[in-house]
Amino acid sequence: MLETLQNLGLGFSVALAPHVLWYGFIGCLVGTLVGVLPGVGPLAGISLLLPATYGLDATSALVMLAGIYYGAMYGGSTTSILMRIPGEAASVMTCIDGYAMARKGRAGPALAIAAVGSYIAGTVSVVLLMFLAPPLAAFALRFGPPEYFSLLLLGLLVLAYMNSGSMLKGLAMAALGLLLGMIGIDQMSGYFRFAYGIAELGDGIGVVPVAVGLFGLAEILLTAGMANPPEVIRPKLRDLLPSRQEWREANWPIWRGTVIGFLIGIIPGSAHVISTFVSYAVERKVSKHPEEFGRGAVAGVAGPESANNAATSGAFVPMLALGVPGVPVAALLLAAMMVHGVTPGPLLIHQDPKLFWGFIASMYVGNVILLILNLPLVGLFVNLLRVPYPVMYPIILVCSILGVYAVNSSVVDVWIMLATGVLGYVLRKLDFETAPIVLGLVLAPMMELSLRQSLAMSAGSYLIFVTRPISLVLLGVGVVLVVLALRPLITRSLDWRSRLPAESES
Amino acid sequence: MTTDRLAGATLVLMGIVTIWQSRAFPLGSLRRPGPAYMPVVLAILLIAFGVAVYVMGSRARGVAEVGWHEWRHAIAIFTACAFAAWGLERLGYRITMAVVVAFLILALERKGWVLGLAVTIVMAWGSFYVFDTLLRVPLPRGPFGL
Repeated sequence: MLETLQNLGLGFSVALAPHVLWYGFIGCLVGTLVGVLPGVGPLAGISLLLPATYGLDATSALVMLAGIYYGAMYGGSTTSILMRIPGEAASVMTCIDGYAMARKGRAGPALAIAAVGSYIAGTVSVVLLMFLAPPLAAFALRFGPPEYFSLLLLGLLVLAYMNSGSMLKGLAMAALGLLLGMIGIDQMSGYFRFAYGIAELGDGIGVVPVAVGLFGLAEILLTAGMANPPEVIRPKLRDLLPSRQEWREANWPIWRGTVIGFLIGIIPGSAHVISTFVSYAVERKVSKHPEEFGRGAVAGVAGPESANNAATSGAFVPMLALGVPGVPVAALLLAAMMVHGVTPGPLLIHQDPKLFWGFIASMYVGNVILLILNLPLVGLFVNLLRVPYPVMYPIILVCSILGVYAVNSSVVDVWIMLATGVLGYVLRKLDFETAPIVLGLVLAPMMELSLRQSLAMSAGSYLIFVTRPISLVLLGVGVVLVVLALRPLITRSLDWRSRLPAESES
Repeated sequence: MTTDRLAGATLVLMGIVTIWQSRAFPLGSLRRPGPAYMPVVLAILLIAFGVAVYVMGSRARGVAEVGWHEWRHAIAIFTACAFAAWGLERLGYRITMAVVVAFLILALERKGWVLGLAVTIVMAWGSFYVFDTLLRVPLPRGPFGL
């Protein structure tokens, strides 16, 4: 413990050096700007700016790139809250209640809660990262294909169980998303599935065009041309900060989101996306007013936003402790380390303690920079809502098309956005939720690969999913959720009183 | 016809089409799944959920009760977006976006010329400058260099 604190002191002496602080600030600023633009997420931001760090020393480069990462994770929430455009899959859940809060004139509090939630989650998860990195990384490595498949299945069941509509409809939408995820080259056999000669579909359907289409475009198609278009919101200065009641409502969701995000974030893969869905679902379940979710519940913003940022730190655990990148962004950071002659892995902490602890300390500093940077910007962002809707939505459309195109420089992605926009429009009209489609799409390739790898490991035996303890526990929780969801149906049919005519109840 | 019944029937249809289309790839076996295995399993699930949504959907609101009053506007916006997708690499980013924004603000929303042109220029040329010139995200220039 004392040694850790001493090391942290060494780290702060590195992270608070003026030039490192400056690069951290630049990273956070660029990251926030990159995150605000739909489609251009942290991966694209880091890729674009990686060459710019070649001339820097390893610590400054890493601090700047990490700043872009968590800046972008926060920035994505801004467009989600103000325009219902998720910059990436991890912002999808913020769209739902964040945008509803904005429409109620509470965009400022939603942005402030997202900023403070991200700050708390970021800071707490760095503390957890510092003390728990080695054992947690070892635990995460016990996740083989069977455990991963069970986790993904559980993620889908959690979402379907806790969505605001019926579980059946949620599962149907998740299945639709999973089916969309089947498009593209099969990773195990190399078959080109459902591509119909469109080469761009080889990598599958991207999450960004689908998320922007289902949420952003569908919303515009629904609201533009309405007899009463959304009112222009003219926020007053005092409305920019959350009320005492809103802080109270955000408090526990932030802490729960932090723990959920960190724990799920250390699991390799797109687990940080699952963490936001699980956090939203948990908040909805524990809330005394679950009916407010989808209509501007504070917890629906605070939980997923905190989970998102905590998962960001969680994703660094396997990278720093073992040199194993769990997510594509961590792989890029790993590449950046190697470019600067640093060998990541278990020996890094001993071989280059200044870099390791400097990086850890820079995360604390980075979170403070983000908060200082973003709170004043809340007022600026909220003022965007003053623009009348008939002028605002063409601007949003241009940003959406630009963002979606910029990811792969592909017009096919723009067509996918259009198609999913129409799909989202029709589904919203028919009272279906669209968030499970995005989750299904994200999870489909990983789920299929882990299922087939598991069966290859067990020579085709499905018992592998119940003979491994972690997988068994995850599946067990899934079964409990299904039983809980079916309980009202079973108890209603067993309860003879429900079949009696109304008069006899008296 | 209720909304749930319409949705349920559509999901069933999508499941059937997927199974039909999956014939092009090897299914494999239960022990050694092939590339068509997962799509077929998911399609069967989709059909099952679709049937359940259809059966339990008798009490949902009728399709006729769903208001479609904004459909003209929605089609116009969709057409503008489709034009953007078509023109982006054929006409260049700036021309395409200028046409889209001008159409939406001036023709569809009937806002003033000054405002419409100002937003058009800022969005088409301004966003190009920020992304292409400053952030170096390559955007298409088309045959006219615009």
